[in-house]
Amino acid sequence: MQLSKKMRLDEAKRYVADKLGVSVMDLCDSTVMRRLREDLDIGVITAVAGAAKGLEAKARIADLLGVRINCVERLKSKMGL
Amino acid sequence: MAEIQTRMGDGYSVSMTREEVREDLVAGSADAARRGKIPVLQPDELDYLFEMFASPTRIWGVERGHEAVLSKDGSTNSLYSAQLSSGVGLPLSREQAFRTFERAFGFDTMEIGHTDYSVKPAKPIVVLEQNHVEAVLHTTIIPVFYGFMPNLGLYYQPDGPFPNPSDLLPRGQIAEARAATEEALETCYNDLVWMTGKMDEVGADGINYDTTASTGDGEFLATLRAVEWAANNTNLAVEVGMAAECVLGFHGRLEYNGKRLAGMWPHQQMEVVQEAGAHIFGPVVNTNSRKSTPWNLARAITFVKACTKDAKIPIHPNVGMGVGGVPMFEIPPIDVVTRCSAAMVMIGKADGL
Repeated sequence: MQLSKKMRLDEAKRYVADKLGVSVMDLCDSTVMRRLREDLDIGVITAVAGAAKGLEAKARIADLLGVRINCVERLKSKMGL
Repeated sequence: MAEIQTRMGDGYSVSMTREEVREDLVAGSADAARRGKIPVLQPDELDYLFEMFASPTRIWGVERGHEAVLSKDGSTNSLYSAQLSSGVGLPLSREQAFRTFERAFGFDTMEIGHTDYSVKPAKPIVVLEQNHVEAVLHTTIIPVFYGFMPNLGLYYQPDGPFPNPSDLLPRGQIAEARAATEEALETCYNDLVWMTGKMDEVGADGINYDTTASTGDGEFLATLRAVEWAANNTNLAVEVGMAAECVLGFHGRLEYNGKRLAGMWPHQQMEVVQEAGAHIFGPVVNTNSRKSTPWNLARAITFVKACTKDAKIPIHPNVGMGVGGVPMFEIPPIDVVTRCSAAMVMIGKADGL
């Protein structure tokens, strides 16, 4: 959100927390976020077979947060989407 | 009376009395306030810093809920390059290093950059750089930046075609030095724009202009104009990291939107970088190796607070070797690195580092 909308830190945290349906404190909690990221399939830190990785995860994040991500747009363009 | 163990600006340990630590905190902040004509730190802020330095713990951190993000400069040189880039010489490709930063080190953003991390040497091999950016864009989740230093110094003789102001100025050839700067910055600007466009073509998430104004006001102007171009013509997030706390006036008369660039302090640099359209601004405050870390950190936070107070874009102060209060030493000691980092967020109100 800092990169796409120039949001300051507190505003960026509130925006993302709202989109993910968690509190700002939960957003900063690695235990909460590890499970949430797997549930939302937006990429996790450990290598889980079948979990979204790389550009897959990035595309899902763009959709979830409602932001434009350059490389995701390039993928869509390449695929004629 | 129990003494406080902390560090000097060169990284060596020092024992200070409680009074000496308090005096240094006040004096460091006052030094920044005098130079930048900005407010000193408030009593409660000084109390936080004192408590932090007085604590015997080796590691310090932000309070829960105040976690911030990290953006990176210097690209993957930290892992595969040599001492010249503070690298540890691992036999890793840039793609491997990038994924290591994401997965093992938990970085929030990362860069691809040339081993010779300036825009001028990266130009001839741009297609290689584009390919490496594309490779990591497919395999990683964190934002992918392409980073380089504008490094106007490489455009001057003997490394470049233009006469060198460092040679002309001592001879009193001020007009010639200014002319050389004006010509060189145009070429540097064209290179910055060209490389930036190439990275946008392949879908990079952002561009990082690092150590901006290392060669003074001419380089700062070239970079600000490039930021404007990038903001208006690409979909890249633009990060500008500075080289030093005060812009050197090798030219002395260059302006951006009517504001003279020479002599600008961080809060003034932030205003023009923001005006140009950047997404993130990274101020630098230089460490004085003859002063204590309490002195250096209080000074650094005073400058950074003056940025964060009025900023409309995220502020990511540079906190590393020799900047942001951290000692100037090859392996900055973790006891003060953690303190400087946390204090930048808790007191400096940084949006990241």
